[in-house]
Amino acid sequence: MDVLKRVPVREQDAKERATNFEEVCLGYNKEEAMEEASRCINCKNAQCVKGCPVSIDIPGFIAQVKEGNMEEAYQIISESSALPAVCGRVCPQESQCEGKCIRGFKGDPISIGKLERFVADWARENGIKPAGATEKKGKKVAVIGSGPAGLTCAGDLAKMGYDVTIFEALHEAGGVLVYGIPEFRLPKEAVVAKEIENVKSLGVKIETNVVVGKAVKIDELMEEEGFSAVFIGSGAGLPKFMGIPGENSNGVFSANEYLTRSNLMKAFNEDSNTPIMRGKKVAVVGGGNVAMDAARTALRLGAEVHIVYRRSEEELPARVEEVHHAKEEGIIFDLLTNPTEILADDAGWVTGMKCIRMELGEPDASGRRRPTPVPDSEFVMELDTVIMSLGTSPNPLISSTTEGLETNKWKCIVADEVNGMTTKEGVYAGGDAVTGAATVILAMGAGKAAAKGIDEYLSK
Amino acid sequence: MYKIVKKQELTTNIYLMEVEAKRVAKSCEPGQFVIVRMDEEGERIPLTICDYDRSNGTVTIVFQTVGAGTKMMADLEEGDAFHDFVGPLGCPSELVEEDLETLKQKKILFVAGGVGAAPVYPQVKWLHEAGVAADVIVGSKTKDLLILEKEMEAVAGNLYVTTDDGSYGRSGMVTQTIKDLVAEGKQYDVCIAIGPMIMMKFVCLLTKELDIPTIVSLNPIMVDGTGMCGACRVTVGGEVKFACVDGPEFDGHAVNFDEAMRRQQMYKTAEGRAILKQEEGDTHHGGCGNCN
Repeated sequence: MDVLKRVPVREQDAKERATNFEEVCLGYNKEEAMEEASRCINCKNAQCVKGCPVSIDIPGFIAQVKEGNMEEAYQIISESSALPAVCGRVCPQESQCEGKCIRGFKGDPISIGKLERFVADWARENGIKPAGATEKKGKKVAVIGSGPAGLTCAGDLAKMGYDVTIFEALHEAGGVLVYGIPEFRLPKEAVVAKEIENVKSLGVKIETNVVVGKAVKIDELMEEEGFSAVFIGSGAGLPKFMGIPGENSNGVFSANEYLTRSNLMKAFNEDSNTPIMRGKKVAVVGGGNVAMDAARTALRLGAEVHIVYRRSEEELPARVEEVHHAKEEGIIFDLLTNPTEILADDAGWVTGMKCIRMELGEPDASGRRRPTPVPDSEFVMELDTVIMSLGTSPNPLISSTTEGLETNKWKCIVADEVNGMTTKEGVYAGGDAVTGAATVILAMGAGKAAAKGIDEYLSK
Repeated sequence: MYKIVKKQELTTNIYLMEVEAKRVAKSCEPGQFVIVRMDEEGERIPLTICDYDRSNGTVTIVFQTVGAGTKMMADLEEGDAFHDFVGPLGCPSELVEEDLETLKQKKILFVAGGVGAAPVYPQVKWLHEAGVAADVIVGSKTKDLLILEKEMEAVAGNLYVTTDDGSYGRSGMVTQTIKDLVAEGKQYDVCIAIGPMIMMKFVCLLTKELDIPTIVSLNPIMVDGTGMCGACRVTVGGEVKFACVDGPEFDGHAVNFDEAMRRQQMYKTAEGRAILKQEEGDTHHGGCGNCN
């Protein structure tokens, strides 16, 4: 074995998977995991841990995998992470733990994500649950939102002995894990539902169908329902549109709508009661992970799919692995291209999209080179469906109904990075509701930090 | 689970259900809506709130069977339960936020078309309880399809019923009744029109002429109902709004009805197919050109 090379992970063949919603990555088996784990040199001053937003003892769990002690490995991970089977699948490891791995200087970094996934899957298949609290604190904490931030915060607080209730606005718990990330990247029944079961097994209660800010206000939770503290992890749910002519034509969707129909409502399944537009030629506007998810979903529903992005490949905000998978499956990338108008027929249905070619100039405020239109380069793409994936902003439902809760100019809730404390006493926040759209693991890190902050507050 | 404590078929294809939903009953106001799912596989169906009982913790919904989802819902009986019932969603009617004294000075006209009588009812009732008598026009295609007449009569200042075919009450469309009332010397400061999109469009065209500010309640396609999907976007005064969080009530004179009606057609074919499949069951083998 070449210690500089990682043990390759098995994947579904690109041609085959482009027509189904089964998981793309098949993961390691026990032998492969142990072999990959043996490449870890167990650094004393482990850099990988510093790259992990929830500070998993990575060398610690890998050392157990190396010896084949999977249950021990699982308990080490679950001390720090409530959702290892999720993180092992969707974390941007290349820029976090694996990005800092010493092995990476000369060869491939250790496949930390795939090892984490293996351990979590093994634990699930073998019925191993995370260890719960031994003593009860006798205090109630409300968590708003059951996405990665909320689940992590709730799990951590339950482990400390708090009586935790999660309030979820949708009919199913999981937040972006169920409505946003597709089945082929993150299986819902097999993985997400089981991780949520684990959080529940710690004693966390989940009340679905409660829109906090509408059905009940934060002040009512604290004054009437006896919650001593509240964590807001309501995410960044509002989709952005471009504001170009024709955007309200039939056949133009936000990525949120398209993905929610397919993922949460299972519209990818022909038997679903919820419809989805099965376009023949689809453009997805945007270059992030959500754009890749929408594009690969449309592809699986039978379309020719184009990613339309105004900058170049280098600036694509999506993970390298997602872009790679998308290309393998046959997604066409129209880079340095910006839509200017959506064209529709007399009945209002999309027929095409007018675009203009772009070129990159000087770096802008984001540090990326600013795209500027190339004069006289307009052209028309013929399409029947356009999916706008331009990012999201926080939902003002909670901030606008909670007195004393400060927000910034992007409508994000102002919260302390270290402990999640907001401007309202006893109220903490984290995840996309605070940062704007980011990643699952950053939200989990914030949920974790807030759980600590809430514990400190309630222990005073 | 949300138990159905009362079910009533108001007329052909229009059903009333009183449902146990404590949190919704406690916090809802006239003008808001709920989203229901009948079972684990069900579609999310937005429905306006017709009535609520805070002490019993129940909410009354009225729906017409238009798609596969509502058809299946109509088969639920008293004692059955909805899998999901979430709300209240959207903003309360502007009227309930207004100062009561100014409200009492106003001459208010409600115009309800078809099943639109259901969302109009709680507003008229709220006003009645606040000591404000509003005039109400209820229009339906025929006498048989008229709903909530007695209930409305009990809370309205004056109730004017009209049927398209003249089989009951006045004859003709609701717009005709508005014209007649104004011709009879009635004056109104504000009109609230709720019903089919096409009715609201024509009411607005007329009230604009008559210079009566008009509020409409839109019911576009939506998925989550909390601002997340943007399926319900409508153009109001040249600006894009989300009906679920910015509405459902809007200034009717500013709404782009043609676009809104077009957008409602988005899944018509898919829905039609779902109905056929349900009605014909295993015997459905296509022929429509869309199915296999």
